[in-house]
Amino acid sequence: MVFSRLFRRRAEPDIQLEQGLEKTRRGVFSEITRLFDRSSIDEELYEDLEMLLIQADVGWDVSQKLVSDLRGRVDRDRISDPADAREVLRIEMIELLELATRNRKVKILQRGTPFVIMVVGVNGVGKTTSIAKIAAYHKRFGRQVLLAAGDTFRAAAIDQLKVWGERLDAPVISHQQGADPGAVVFDAMEAAHNRNYDVLIVDTAGRLHTKFNLMEELKKIRRIMQRHVPEAPQEVLLVIDATTGQNGLVHAKKFAESVEITDIMIAKLDGTAKGGIAFSVAKELGTPISYVGTGEKATDMAEFKPETYVDSLFFGVGEGL
Amino acid sequence: MFESLSDRLNETFGRLSRKGRLTEKDVDEAMREVRRALLEADVNFKVTKDFVAAVRERAVGQDVLGSLTPGQTAIGIVNEELIKVLGTDRVPLMNPDRPPQILMLVGLQGSGKTTHAAKLAVHLRKEGRNPLLVAGDVYRPAAVNQLQALGRQINVPVYEEGTTKNPVDIAANSVKFARERGFNPVIVDTAGRLQIDERMMQELVDVKDKINPTEILLVADAMTGQEAVGVAETFHERLGVTGLILTKMDGDARGGAALSIRAVTGVPIKFIGTGEKVDALEPFYPERLASRILGMGDIVSLVERAQEQTDEQEAQRLQDRLMKGQFDLEDFLDQLQKIKKMGPLGQLLEMIPGLGSQMRQAKAQISDDDYKRLEGIIYSMTPHERRNPEIIGGSRRRRIARGSGTSNADVNQILSQFKQMQKMMGQFGAMAKKGKLPKNLPFEF
Repeated sequence: MVFSRLFRRRAEPDIQLEQGLEKTRRGVFSEITRLFDRSSIDEELYEDLEMLLIQADVGWDVSQKLVSDLRGRVDRDRISDPADAREVLRIEMIELLELATRNRKVKILQRGTPFVIMVVGVNGVGKTTSIAKIAAYHKRFGRQVLLAAGDTFRAAAIDQLKVWGERLDAPVISHQQGADPGAVVFDAMEAAHNRNYDVLIVDTAGRLHTKFNLMEELKKIRRIMQRHVPEAPQEVLLVIDATTGQNGLVHAKKFAESVEITDIMIAKLDGTAKGGIAFSVAKELGTPISYVGTGEKATDMAEFKPETYVDSLFFGVGEGL
Repeated sequence: MFESLSDRLNETFGRLSRKGRLTEKDVDEAMREVRRALLEADVNFKVTKDFVAAVRERAVGQDVLGSLTPGQTAIGIVNEELIKVLGTDRVPLMNPDRPPQILMLVGLQGSGKTTHAAKLAVHLRKEGRNPLLVAGDVYRPAAVNQLQALGRQINVPVYEEGTTKNPVDIAANSVKFARERGFNPVIVDTAGRLQIDERMMQELVDVKDKINPTEILLVADAMTGQEAVGVAETFHERLGVTGLILTKMDGDARGGAALSIRAVTGVPIKFIGTGEKVDALEPFYPERLASRILGMGDIVSLVERAQEQTDEQEAQRLQDRLMKGQFDLEDFLDQLQKIKKMGPLGQLLEMIPGLGSQMRQAKAQISDDDYKRLEGIIYSMTPHERRNPEIIGGSRRRRIARGSGTSNADVNQILSQFKQMQKMMGQFGAMAKKGKLPKNLPFEF
């Protein structure tokens, strides 16, 4: 994949993901595997499968589609061994998620031009922690990273980013709480340019996608970035909480409409949530899902890989097989 | 986004002629739609199953009342059952045997505990209480600072011991501190944690055992999916949760998580968080949540959004001017801008209940660009012209058209529409004076 060639990673990502997801593995995944551990394919299998998918937040529409596609294949190809059916389902699910990786764009870091990453999302999804992870990730390549405290609304959001900045040895450009985020971004862009930073990561205040004015503010921040660097922000990262239900798709759509999301990160996959929303997002939006967050540490992040995602969250490979 | 359940049920029953009674077959079809609507609203799978079974039992053989369609009858039953599960009585916060009242907030990361600790403090102070906030989240970077900043903002003292002490001791010390200084209630913020994190859950149990809280309030995000049940069950099992605060209800999540949590734990929903401001905390109204879960529109939220943009005095002034037929283009522009601030037109229309498929078509015809053109024309007028549109003659009209990049005809159209509107408003005013104004505007489900 072109993406991974540019953002080559030193640590072994799959190992990280699987460790992070270990806790998650106690839920639906092995249940799906167990579900196929029977002598024949019957109606009950399909019903239970639909239930398990819905319980994983895959959503009604996508669950229906997965189940009916599986049923179609089983009938057409006269599949009688449940283990074969399981494999069909597994591949179906992986292919669905691949809709969210094939649009990944090549990211080019140019010397002398800061690579600007704007991080957005609704309140409480884990934006600041995700910023720390992205920062640590770029740091590992020896890139100079600058952070911008664009969340001037939430109490102590600036302090929170500063704590991470100190831990990661990345300077933070900030103003007072209540300041205009546009002004912070303006200063950060100047600083990134003048001091030759490779990567600038901009935090923004959490906002519900229904708040029209706040969504407009994001557009303004974007325009300010473009005054300095026309192609900025080269990455607009939407963070989605893995525990989010079907509203996740609604808010992903609304964010995509107003700020042209380039990448999505599914955060908090270390819980019991299966992050099933990734399937609807892949099917309906096609915006690339690029990263997954798997814990509270700056290193708890991995590249999003459909196969790993499906296997570790739904099939619990290596377990119950 | 999702088609509302009421639309779908009306569709399902649409081809049936009006019948006196709901047959088993009608009901089966309807229940499939109910099930789907609930699942799309993130109501837990098992909860949905039980719920649908209960509704089904009531619906079969139900008489369809004279003026209602079968769809409306079914919706009515679903709505009633929803309210039944959500809880019809408002349950207030409990009082302790001995003060202070201790409220402990628990939940997953990012559900809104710290913000809601501050909101609760504001809410209780309004009742004449003297609250103390306790910074018990020693893990998340700057969580203590966040609570301190909120405390300063709302002028409520914050008890903290930094981030190096044990949360159990901090909580115990804070209660002692409150007793000595006469603070009541004590609102204890805790770190967000996963319900499967055994060590962290044990810590909460230890805090609970030490301070014996009056209320343990689970703070849950309205956007939570199917896991809401697992989370709530575990927190409840370990701690004995006494109430639920449902946050981020100012978004457009259907909030099915609340129904699931309530159904599984039986814990009452005590408050709803409706915004980022410290006073955005409301008591819980089951009817509102029920119609929201069903996607039947949310007229109350629409009104609230409108209220955010206008203050009461101004609204009264405007109403007076309207009634007297003095409404001019300045007022009109002002209103236009307020509506714009409430959000895109399409989104606003979606919130109006009962505007089914026809409205969805109409929506496509009203674009936000129309607004812009209208605004441009009015902006190209002088303030004097806006107040006295009748003075606009040929030369003024040409100037306005040029200034706004439109044509004379466009300007004419706006002016004549406005004149009509003014006339109508005048008539309304006269009717209102004589008490002939229609009482109920026709909203129907």
